[in-house]
Amino acid sequence: MSTVEQYDARSCVLLRLGERRFALAAEQIAELVAPSRVFRFAHRTTEIDGVILRRGRVVPVCDVAERLTGKKLTSRRFYLVATQKRGASLDWVALPVSGECELITADLTPAGESDSPHVAAWLSHDGEVIEVLNLDALTPVPGERVSLAHSGSPEAHA
Amino acid sequence: MRFAATHKAAHARTEQIILFRCSTQVFAISSASVQEVRSVDTLAGSPVEINESTLPKVRHMFRRGEQNLYVVNGALHFGLRPSPASLIFLLRKSRTALLIDGIEKMTTMTRLQALPAAFCHEERLWYRGLTVLDQSVIPVVSHEGFLTPDELFLLDALVSRMGVPETPVASGMGLGL
Repeated sequence: MSTVEQYDARSCVLLRLGERRFALAAEQIAELVAPSRVFRFAHRTTEIDGVILRRGRVVPVCDVAERLTGKKLTSRRFYLVATQKRGASLDWVALPVSGECELITADLTPAGESDSPHVAAWLSHDGEVIEVLNLDALTPVPGERVSLAHSGSPEAHA
Repeated sequence: MRFAATHKAAHARTEQIILFRCSTQVFAISSASVQEVRSVDTLAGSPVEINESTLPKVRHMFRRGEQNLYVVNGALHFGLRPSPASLIFLLRKSRTALLIDGIEKMTTMTRLQALPAAFCHEERLWYRGLTVLDQSVIPVVSHEGFLTPDELFLLDALVSRMGVPETPVASGMGLGL
């Protein structure tokens, strides 16, 4: 990191994806829920696994483990339901996690230019340096041009 | 089966829909978007085969009145495993006919939820949104999402090159439309 700068102490939720732990800003978290039925239908957004129903709302499930750890989760213990601001609206996304989540308060160090886009900041906890995730870099971005060419497009995910 | 032009339910916020199957999946379409449902057998012999390599989901067309109607294979459109289609939806105010495996049932939806913004590819054209029926999430298809204007233009140009006769085939070839 080129710039060493401390944010104020922030509340974060630690989440486990396989062997590794990551963090999300607590204000982005809506709830932690037990795995429920994933409804799958035809679509072409490869990052989205399907949707779950939560409080009458349809929430897309986005498994970020493979992008972050190189391995798919072998078991889904919970869904961490996070919120993302999309313009004026607030979208929900369910992130499968493989272990308990923990609410902590930690000092954050902002990400540097050389860090991956998915890293919003860093924190140190229990002797471990942990990436604070930038969800916008991990989940599909609305407004991407919809490709009208069907040939050569990926298989639908059902 | 011929549907009436309008399907207004008693409650202002409800909409009558048809649940249909393509391959292994169930979809919904507003019954107001479907003009007719026919068996594929009633089209036997009448459609003109077309072969546009960039549009494998369209293999047949037929003429109805002054218009070319293009038959879209629903399973291929949605990227699903091809399956034997038994029914065809003739869509209202559209030049698309949709090949489907079968109808599950007709029902009413009370709420159409927007497709979450995280879905950001062709499915945004395919679906009007999602509805929840019997604790299941069902995508509600857009009747305009099967062929884009560019695709229709491409198909019209192909048919024009093929020199398909302009005579309406509906009654003369057993369609009875």
